[in-house]
Amino acid sequence: MPINVISAGIATTIQDLGRPGYYHLGIPMGGAMDRLALRTANLLVGNEEDAAGLESVFVGPELEFTEDATVAVCGAELPPKVDGEVRETWTAIPIKAGQVLSFEFLKAGARAYIAISGGINTPPMLGSRSTYAIGALGGVDGRAVQPGDTLPLGKQSKPATEGLTVPEKLRRMPSNPAELRVLPGLYWHRITETAQKNFFDDTWKVANEADRMGYRFQGGRKLDFVEREQPYSAGADPSNITDACYPYGSVQVPSGAEPIILHRDAVSGGGYFMLGTVISADMDLIGQLQPHTPTRFVKVDMETALTARHDRSAAMNAIREAIS
Amino acid sequence: MSSRYTFGGDEHIFVEVEEAMSLEAFFVSLSMTNAVREADIKGITEICPANASFQIKFDPEVIKPDDLMAELKRLEETAEKAEPVLDTRIIEIPVYYQDPWTHETLMRFRERHQDPNATDIEYAASINGYESVEKFIEAHSGAPWFVSMVGFVSGLPFLYQMVDRARQIQVPKYLRPRTDTPKLTVGYGGSFSCIYSVRGAGGYQMFGITPMPIYDPQQSVSYLKDFLVFFKPGDIVKWKPINREEYDAAIEEVQANTFTPRIRNVRFSLDDYNADIDGSNAKLMEALYAD
Repeated sequence: MPINVISAGIATTIQDLGRPGYYHLGIPMGGAMDRLALRTANLLVGNEEDAAGLESVFVGPELEFTEDATVAVCGAELPPKVDGEVRETWTAIPIKAGQVLSFEFLKAGARAYIAISGGINTPPMLGSRSTYAIGALGGVDGRAVQPGDTLPLGKQSKPATEGLTVPEKLRRMPSNPAELRVLPGLYWHRITETAQKNFFDDTWKVANEADRMGYRFQGGRKLDFVEREQPYSAGADPSNITDACYPYGSVQVPSGAEPIILHRDAVSGGGYFMLGTVISADMDLIGQLQPHTPTRFVKVDMETALTARHDRSAAMNAIREAIS
Repeated sequence: MSSRYTFGGDEHIFVEVEEAMSLEAFFVSLSMTNAVREADIKGITEICPANASFQIKFDPEVIKPDDLMAELKRLEETAEKAEPVLDTRIIEIPVYYQDPWTHETLMRFRERHQDPNATDIEYAASINGYESVEKFIEAHSGAPWFVSMVGFVSGLPFLYQMVDRARQIQVPKYLRPRTDTPKLTVGYGGSFSCIYSVRGAGGYQMFGITPMPIYDPQQSVSYLKDFLVFFKPGDIVKWKPINREEYDAAIEEVQANTFTPRIRNVRFSLDDYNADIDGSNAKLMEALYAD
């Protein structure tokens, strides 16, 4: 029995852990921006970690349930309400047939992950239910959730434990200022030593253009380029390169002005130089940054990146143990 | 070749074959990515060729970044010794140049263009020294093109013309990107043609439109049943100018799902090409139109 969408919130999309394997054709892996939050929400309701849930930005949807279910909301602090009564985030909440799930105002973070027992069971495309609207893949007919949609649910893999909750110390949110660790590389040599230093010294702010494709930052000093004759076909601006692939998490700075970090729905390539890449351990955090959040970029080496990656999987394991 | 290897965070290795675009650099990128695919290295999750560079995505828990880097450098030595030939396909793509739909769109964004008093193709023809748009279309559709990259979004091909540098068309992108581009627009930016696979924002000059679907998430188009994206890096394309009548007829075929692109298998040799570009291109045309 499906869920009826009464209102859709902002940019609410169906997301799972994505469809890797098609980036060479311009189809990004997609999936939840904050992977840990979606995995955790799924575990709380008895789903496999990669089941499809909803990703809502700033404002949650209003959903009418037509059967009993368990839901959990993780990631942003967007408190859920059942028939108007406020419930806890990061907690398994029972819902009865006929009840309505809605949300309070956002208190912290940017993206809430709503898992529902059984998982959303729209047809997968290229192995994933994740919504990639540009390519009309996944989601509801290739698009975001709209009022009037009905969302089918799958079969629950194991019964949920009502009231099961994630200890607060295991919930990860960005610090203030937010810190994103960056491994310099790619076209790092294109900017001057002063620019290299300024990039890490300055405090930036998340711009309004911040979505699943990429996060833009403002407020730092403009980056100067090492002079060169532009290579054939690269374009006239010193920030241009011969069109190349863009790594997920790569930091491009068109004309040296505003850094853009590419995220899960990245464009797969283009003609802007990149100064480095946000390490995999910090990608989830980006999804929780609101516009205007002060942000520092922290320079790290590969060893630090791999240690951080290891720490992140240990943190996920701690959650698995805490709620198993 | 002196490729530059660099890490893109802890999950990507990025290899720049050359800073500048050339058919040679593209060929190395394509051979290297083919060699990497054949080597079947555990831990590699994505292999992405681009114009003069390529990118490998990997799982650092399966293979250490430094080990993979060393492995790729070893493969480059092997790839360098390989004969530069490519077994690929050549495809005829019909193009309705100066069509009403891209014209309507370019008129809406005139203030973002270098020359508000000319159309995109008039501007491109003029700055490349062609006496008329007709002569320009002859050049654009005369010699064939290599698909040197598929990406940006959903199966969008970038194409590089198979002529010497002196004959290459160069056109800057729009001053500020448009917020709209019709689906299947044939565009141009820098020294690359492209086909917009989906409607959306874009900065490339708009020359025309093709009736031939190249991306179909529903996979209902007959020749996209097996996979939703038509193009692969290494495909060779020949543009065929068509008029309104031919365009309408092709659209009818597309709607009836009877449209079939002309595709032939060919072997391309970079050495033969460098020895005699026009002769090598003529052979490709023979292969495309022999039957």
